[in-house]
Formats: sequence, C-alpha cells, structure tokens
Amino acid sequence: MAAKVSDEMAARIWIFVVAVALSLSLPSFASSQDLQIVNAERRIDLSSHIVKAFLTLKVENIGKNPAADMLLAFPPTQIKHLSMVQALAVTGKKKKKAYLPLDVKPSEQPDAPNDTGYFLVTFATPLTPGETVTLEVLYILTHSLEPFPMEIAQSEAQLVYYRDSAVILSPYRIKQQTTYFKTPSTRVESFTSVEPANRAGKEIKYGPYDDRAPYSYAPVIVHFENNSPFAVVEELVREIEISHWGSIQITENYRLTHGGARHKGVFSRVDYQSRRSISGSSSFNGLLAVLPPRVNSVYYRDDIGNISTSHLRTGYKKSELEFEPRYPLFGGWRATFIIGYRVPLEDYLFEAPDGRRYLNFTFGCPLVETIVNKLTIKVVLPEGSKDPSAVLPFTVNQDLQVKYSYLDIVGRTVVVLQKDNVVPTHNVPFQVYYTFKPIYMLAEPFMLVSAFFFVFVASLAYVHIDLNIVKK
Amino acid sequence: MAALERIPPLVVASFLPHSLCALVIKYESVIHEFDPYFNYRVTQFLSKNGIYEFWNWFDDRTWYPLGRVIGGTVYPGLTLTAGTIWWVLNSLNIPLSVETVCVFTAPVFSAFASWATYLLTKGSGAGLTAAALLAMVPSYISRSVAGSYDNEAVAIFALIFTFYLYIKTLNTGSLFYATLNAIAYFYMVCSWGGYTFIINLIPMHVLLCIVTGRYSPRLYIAYAPLVVLGTLLAALVPVVGFNAVLTSEHFASFLVFIIIHVVALVYYIKGILSPKMFKVAVTLVVSIGLVVCLIVVAVLVALVASSPTGGWSGRSLSLLDPTYASKYIQIIASVSEHQPPTWPSYFMDINACFSPLSDASSFVVLYIVMSVYFSGVMVRLMLVLAPAACIMSGIALSQAFDVFTASIKYQLGEMSNSKDDVKEKISTNNETKDDASSAKGEKVAKERPSKKGKKKEREPADKPSVKSKIAKKKALVLPLEASIVALLLLIMLGAFYVIHCVWAAAEAYSVPSIVLTSQSHDGLHVFDDFRESYAWLSHNTDVDDKLASWWDYGYQTTAMANRTVIVDNNTWNNTHIATVGTAMSSPEKAAWEIFNSLDVKYVLVVFGGIDLNINKFLWMVRIGGGVFPHIKEADYLRDGQYRIDSEATPTILNCLCTGTNLSCKFVETDGKGYDWVRRTEIVKKNFKLTHFEEVFTSHHWMVRIYKLKPQKNRIRGKGKKLKLKTSTGFSKTAKKNPWM
Repeated sequence: MAAKVSDEMAARIWIFVVAVALSLSLPSFASSQDLQIVNAERRIDLSSHIVKAFLTLKVENIGKNPAADMLLAFPPTQIKHLSMVQALAVTGKKKKKAYLPLDVKPSEQPDAPNDTGYFLVTFATPLTPGETVTLEVLYILTHSLEPFPMEIAQSEAQLVYYRDSAVILSPYRIKQQTTYFKTPSTRVESFTSVEPANRAGKEIKYGPYDDRAPYSYAPVIVHFENNSPFAVVEELVREIEISHWGSIQITENYRLTHGGARHKGVFSRVDYQSRRSISGSSSFNGLLAVLPPRVNSVYYRDDIGNISTSHLRTGYKKSELEFEPRYPLFGGWRATFIIGYRVPLEDYLFEAPDGRRYLNFTFGCPLVETIVNKLTIKVVLPEGSKDPSAVLPFTVNQDLQVKYSYLDIVGRTVVVLQKDNVVPTHNVPFQVYYTFKPIYMLAEPFMLVSAFFFVFVASLAYVHIDLNIVKK
Repeated sequence: MAALERIPPLVVASFLPHSLCALVIKYESVIHEFDPYFNYRVTQFLSKNGIYEFWNWFDDRTWYPLGRVIGGTVYPGLTLTAGTIWWVLNSLNIPLSVETVCVFTAPVFSAFASWATYLLTKGSGAGLTAAALLAMVPSYISRSVAGSYDNEAVAIFALIFTFYLYIKTLNTGSLFYATLNAIAYFYMVCSWGGYTFIINLIPMHVLLCIVTGRYSPRLYIAYAPLVVLGTLLAALVPVVGFNAVLTSEHFASFLVFIIIHVVALVYYIKGILSPKMFKVAVTLVVSIGLVVCLIVVAVLVALVASSPTGGWSGRSLSLLDPTYASKYIQIIASVSEHQPPTWPSYFMDINACFSPLSDASSFVVLYIVMSVYFSGVMVRLMLVLAPAACIMSGIALSQAFDVFTASIKYQLGEMSNSKDDVKEKISTNNETKDDASSAKGEKVAKERPSKKGKKKEREPADKPSVKSKIAKKKALVLPLEASIVALLLLIMLGAFYVIHCVWAAAEAYSVPSIVLTSQSHDGLHVFDDFRESYAWLSHNTDVDDKLASWWDYGYQTTAMANRTVIVDNNTWNNTHIATVGTAMSSPEKAAWEIFNSLDVKYVLVVFGGIDLNINKFLWMVRIGGGVFPHIKEADYLRDGQYRIDSEATPTILNCLCTGTNLSCKFVETDGKGYDWVRRTEIVKKNFKLTHFEEVFTSHHWMVRIYKLKPQKNRIRGKGKKLKLKTSTGFSKTAKKNPWM
C-alpha cells in the first residue's frame, strides 16, 4: 500500500514539475523576436454586414528555440466586435494540400500596447528553428460597418464606413503583405490612400508593403454602399425541450432589428410597392431560416397572433422556412416573432457508450446571414434527469435552471447556454449529456390515472355513505 | 336510473359547443373583435399583478389625459373567472398562456350554459333537446365561439343558472337553494350589466303569481332572500355599488318586495283571525295603507324627478323608449349592437322558434315574452332571447316527437292486437288533438316574426317547416303513415337547423374580424393589416407616445400595440370623443392644433378599400357636432347625402380624415382617386399634407398612421428660405467623408 501511495505522490510531483517548467518556458517559446511573417495576405469581405477576413500567413521561426505557438493581434476597436477566430495549418503541397485545425484561445499579454487584444494559436507541432508554416486564419467581425449618413430617407441608399488598418497589426515583423477589401458594389464613395493603394471594380487593394515593424498601424476608412439586409437579432432565446415520448420541441423567440442607417421621415407604401429597387433598397422583408430535416408542426407567430406570411419547404438534408415579418424593416425598426417546430427524437438523441444519453443539436441561429447579439439556448431535459453536462467547441456561459411544465412535481433540469455576438459560423453541433431512467416517463400518466381513480372512488363513497345525522 | 341514461346525450350536447367553436381554429386561436381585447388586457393585468392591484388599477394608457379607473368601472366577473382558471391551471403546473385561457373561456361556459338549460327545462326529452338547441343556436354561438371573450360569454350561463335556481327554490321552498340563487345572481351582477333583466323579470313573475292568487310560502322563500342577499352582494361589486339601491332599474324589485310582505302579512292575519274579524281588519288596513302608499309614491316621484334622466341610465332608457338614443345620445345610437335589429337578423339568429307547445311554466312564458320585446329594441339582447327560444322549442320538439312516436307505437301495437280498446283510442286521440290545437294557436303567434323574415330572405329551412306544419295537422287524420312522414320531416328540419347553425358558426361568427380573408383566383388572401399596424406601433414608437384614432380601435390599440389612446370603446366621455371627432372632421391645420393640444403624436386612420372610415366619418361629424356647435352636419351634406365625388361640398374635402384617407396617394398608382366601395371618383386628388406626415401604411393599405410634424420655427419672409438652403447645404457637406 505504502509503495503505491508513494508512487502516486511521485507521479503528482512529476506532473507539477512539468507544468511549472512549461509555464516558465512559455515566454521564451513565444518571444516575438523569434518569429517573423514572411508573407501575409489579407482578404476582407465587406459584402454583407458580417465582415469576414481571410488571412494567409507564412510564418518562419528565426530564433534558436522551437516555437509552440504564435500570437494574433487585434486593435481594441475590433476586439470587442470580434465574433470568432479560426486557424488552420496548411500541410502538404499542391494536390496533397490538407488543412489541420489549430487551437485558438484568447490570451492576455502583460506588455500589450494600447489595449491590443491577442489570440494565441498553438501549432500542431512546435516550429523548429528555420522551419516555416502556412496558416489560414478566418476572423469574423460584427457591427463593424458604421452607417454614414446615420439617417437616410426611404429612397436613399445606405452608405457605410469600414475602419481598419492598411497593414496587419502583428507583434511580429512582416516581410511582405497585401490587403484586399471586397465591397458589395462598385459604388465606393471614398477610401483612405496609403500608397500603394488602388481600386479595381469591387476590390480595393492595399499593398504590397515591404518589411513592416511589429505593431505597425496605418488607419484606413472605406466609405461604400452596402444595401445588404442588416438583420440583427438583438436577443434570441431558443428552448429545446426533450420529450422521451418521441419528439423534441424547439421554440425560438426572436427580437429582430435592422442594424443599418436609421430610417427618417416618411414611409410611403406606394413608393415601396411600385418602385422596390429604388425605394427602400436598404430595407429587408424576407428572411430565411434553415431548419432541420424532418421538421414538423412548424409555426410562426408573435405576441398578438399568427403571422400568415411564411412558406416551408421540407427537404431531405434541410428544411427551409421562408418568412416575412409583419412589416418591412427599415433602419432602426424592430420586430419580434416566435418560430416553433418539432423534430423526431431519434434524429437528435443518442445513447453514449457509458449509458448516458446525449442530445446532439446545432448551436447558433437558424436565420441565414444574421448576427445574434445575445443568444440563450435552454435545453430542457425530461423530469428526473441527472448530471447534465454540455460539450461545446467554444466557450459559453453555462448555467442550470429548473422549469415546471405540464404536471411536473420536481421540475425539469434546464441547461442554459449563453453566448454573445453569434454569427452563422457558430452553427456547429453541440452535445448535452445526462442520465435518465425510463421509469420516470410513466410518472405523469400514473398521476393522471390515480387522480381519476380517486375521483371515482370518492364519488362511489359519496353515493354509498349516508351522512345524515337523523335517519330519514 | 332514468337520470343516468340521460347523462351521455347531455355530455354530447355540452360538448357540441366545443366542436362548433373549434371551427374558429380554422383561422387561429385568437381573440375576436374589440371588447374582448380589452377584457384580455384586463385579465393579463390581473394575472400579472394580482387581485388587489386589479381593484385599484388606474389605467393611464387610455382616455388620455383623463385615464380610467378600471377596477371600479368594469364588470369583473369574466376577468376574475378567466384569471382564476389560469391561476388554478398554473398552480397545477399546466403552463397555459393567459391568451389561451381567455380564448377558450367562452366555449367552456357555453357548455355550462347548455347544462344549465337542461336543468332549467327539466323533463327528460325537452331538457336534452333544449340543451342541444342552445349549444347550436347561432345567436348564442356568436358569443360563445372560441375567442369571443366578452362578458356575455359567462353571463348567459349565469342568467340561465340563476333562473334555474329560482325555479328550483320555487319548487322546493328550500332556503339552501334560495341562498345559492342569491350567489348565482351575484355572479351575474359581476359579469354583465344585463343582470337588471333578472332583477326585473323575477319580480314581474312574483307579481304575476300574487295577482293570479298563487301566493305560497315557497314563493316568499324564493323571492325575499334573493332581494335582500342579492342587493347586498350586488352592492359589493364596485361598478354597481350604491346603484343597486339608487337607480330605477332596481326599484321594481323593492316594490314587489314590499308587496310580497304585505301579502304575506295578509295571509298570516287571515290565518289567525276569524273571517268576520278579517273583513273589518282589511277595511281598516286598506284605508290607512292607501294613505301611506300615496305618501311613499309621492316621495319616490319627487326623488326620481330631481335627477336629470329620471334616475334611469341612458342605455336602459333607450331600451324602454327605442327613439331615446337617437334623440339624445348619439354615441349609444352609433354602436351597431345597440340598434334595433332587422327582421332578417331574427331569422338568421333564431331559427328555432317554430312550434312551441303549451304546458310551459308561467315563468318561462314571461321570460320569452319579455326577451322578445327587449331583443326587438336592441339587437344585442337577442342573446337573452336565445335560451328562452331554445327552451320553448326544446319542449315543443320533444312534445311533437312524443306525440308522433306514441301514435306510431300505438298504431303498431293496435295492428298486432286486433281491434279491441277502441274507446281508449278515441280518448287518447282527443287528448292529443287538444294538445296540438292549443299548440297551433301559440305556434301561429310565434311564427309571425320569422315569417316576416322569410319574406325577405329565402332559406332552405323555409319549405320543410311549412310542410311539417301541414304534415302535423294530418298526423291526427292519417295516424300511421302521416306520423312517420311528419317524424321524418321533423328530423329533416332538425338536420337543416344543424346545417344552418354550423354554417352560421363557421362563416358568420367565427371569423375574427381583425383578420380578413378574400378568395381570389390564386388562392386565399389574408388581410392582416390591423395587426401589422399594431405590431409596428408597439415596436417602433416610443412607449409613451399618444395615439389618436376613432374610438372603435381604442381597445385593440391598448391591448395589442400597448400605446396610450385618447378615446376607446368604453365610450364614457362624450366630450372627449367629440373632440376627436371634431379634429377628424376639421381642416388639417385645425386638426393639428386639436391633436397637438391633446399631446398626440400619431394619428391612425382606416383607409378606404374594405372598411371605409367614411361610414365612421358620419358619426365623427354627428358626435362632434353634438358638443361643438361649429361642426354642422349640413356643411358636409349635399342633397342629404355624404358625397365625395364631383358634387362634394368644400367642407368635406378639406377635412383631415377624408383628406388623409381618400386622396393622398391613390393618384400615384392608377392615375385617379377612386373610392372602391362607392365606385365614385374622388374629385380632390393630389392632396398634399403640410402638418402631418405618413409614417406607416399597412400592406393592403387598410391602416395608415400619420405623425404630427413638429411646429416650425417662426421665421419671417426670406429668412425662411435662407434657413432651408443652409440646412440642405449642410447635409450635403456632412455626407462627405470627414477624413478626406
């Protein structure tokens, strides 16, 4: 026994030592002098209100120590609008090209200048001195197109500003870099010139710039027309209620707004209906929600009743719900609505090898091309479920609640997942594990049966018992 | 055992309303029309804030800037009922929304009502038939479809149940039932203003009994506790309060209360005195009593005469004198529900009163007579008539069936049993003859109204009913074949009745008027413009903005858009409504001033096309003119008609309402302003608004919302132009990129 204990102790101490050594050695690994970016290309897609930036980095280790990870830097104006950062390492060449997803984590740096925000990309294998690796980074910005003018009339087009830097903000030296901005139309009012910069059609090219020092920054503003629907869901609450009797009921509460330039003055329905292309070009009316296949009992309503303008196409791989809010949304207008539907249980609920059950469902918002400012997903587990745990590919706030639904006594456990700033890229599967005994399914039918039984017994007794004090 | 046998059909009968009312789901589970939205809003408040807050609720969202004390001015029965149901369900963890409970309160109570009708009618077949008829009668269905969340939904049940308990007390003389009766009456008082019908009908019946010499201690037990307890309980309801003893509607009951005591005293004294002594006492008492009575009557008359309306509320007066409303209170007359019904609507609504037989109790006779009169005055009270008609026709139908089936049975039995018992046969035949002939007399009397209706409107049920009459006459002459035929005809008639009811329920009454549909060549078109506009208001205007609209849309606006309104369907302040009416029928500038003085920010008008505000416009002018003399109806009329075509008067063309409504933008779409309902071309086109701006128009242009423009700065002469130029210049420079 004693030997075993000491073994365990030894193992623990060893782990501790390794951990300390790792943590101590980290700064020396990731020293910004050791890495440099040989070539960087950035393509920023401004065609919708979700700004997508594709970054191709060729990173070289010029230091003496192997580098395990590298930093991506973002200016403070972007860091709060940053919805997600993903990185892939490119391995192989030409036809054998393969992409390896890398781990990306937000990180704090003590010597960050001007509140620069950082993300730490961990390489698959540490970069040995002299070795180069090509990274593909995707980051998505929301609420980064600022309408200017702030208020527009019905017939005016919507113009927006996009602010960024002509050179990539990075803690490393960048030997050569180019940035492309892709605008939705050829109408570009203006763009800041940082030589060499030129514009061709829908594309504005900044660069190539040679040999820029770490933390170089060259602010640019692009002012252009963007009439894509600025559909912003201010708050979305999705309730996923699992019933072991065979279905999953999903109820989604939307608070939708038009996040673009505010509408001012008259709204003329005549102009809107007769000259749609000119009048109200920045407004949007139709929305599209991608729902799971085999969806049934779909409804679309709001607080005051059913909304009749919707159309459902069920398909083999996905179902599409085309719908319109009660009225077209102009800049700053709001609308609320509820979408509810039901899917078969067997498509989404599985049994894990360890006997636990798990729900495998899609995170995010079913509406296409929509930003969700605040997303709350409530997974209502059946009454009697225990030990719930959620597994997600990114961090979310988790919480547990109790909900009382039809004839519940102890209440149902609700796993609440909450995340801000959600974009369609977040629509990935997540799992909620829990344990459940099937006997609990019979609790409510049994209650009903016994209640009726007692009613009949009581009425039997009432008929047969003579409660008169004096015999008649 | 017989009672048990009757339970299944009764259950079926009481579930009938449910199945019929489910028709409304053809559209959606939604609350109907205007008043139900107010009740729904009150219920929401009740379920959110509790009962004490409810009693003290001062609603500042309506009748701005006056507000309304909801707790003290609303009949709380319906909202308390639905609130209690909601609370019970939720404490059992059945999470139904308040809206669902409200939508289905009416069907549930219509089931209760048909059950109460069964109890009231008594008698095996008649009760069941009456219950089944009530479950289907269109005039009641109009108030009991899912979503018709109005006071009448529970009140009709309360009414019938109160009558049942009264009859029950009358039959048993039990104080227990008398107390229950008072409680049922209390529930009725809580639910509906129509409780005055009970408190006048029962005294009339009591008086009738006394006059016909049918006084008994049971009558006393049935009546005296009801008046005492009922009045005390009624006074507890805030909206009634001291009206329960102060207004003339209740005086009849007190008078009869005195009379019944006098009669009781006389009977008592008669019991203890010898006949001779009694005669002496009578002369003495009568002479003194007459003097006292005269004094009391004089005092009462003086009291009543001192109040302006003679102590009667406007609505009750318009009941007694049908011309009263149009003479004095425009607002009461403007509500279509308060207008005398057309004869076709009698036929449409009550298809049931074809052949009542005698042998109904005097109370039911009285009930039906009174309700026929009142429903003749006010179409809304058709509802009170419906149960009475159902009871009568229930009795009639079951009697008819009894007669026919009995004769068939007798004939069949006779055929097998050869020809003995001839004497018996004759005697029974005579009996049925008597029965039927007396029935005919009444039948003809009752037939009259519906006959008039038939002339105007041909219905499929018309022919069979005549045929069945002929057939029934012959039933006595040709016993077997004819009675079979008559029976079949009766069944056919019943089937037609059911079809008519289902049709009426589906087409006429279960359409929530908030959503309109039209059938076109490419499918069903839904006009959901009202909710579209309310949703827009609720999400895109400030929470404290005030909205002016004609009062019809007040309840819906507060309930669905949650915005403060100036006037609403609770038309308690005539002056306020007149102000809005004046503003609507004034030129733009004057309208702007009136609305601005009311702190209004948005004006909602209903646009031509389907439901034209011009019809309402007539009332805007009349009501406005009733208070503000400068609005003269004559200014708007040409040849005694409202015209908006080339012969229109200049006043009407300058009005805000017509201006915004009719001329505004039609020109731009089809080149000419065209009023679709009247098929006339509007003369004034290219209307340009200066003080209002259009901020929202619904998809089918039914509802338009205008915003009051803010007052312009006072600039004289050319300065104004200069200012304008600089402002546009600034905005142009501002568009440029500041970074360049």
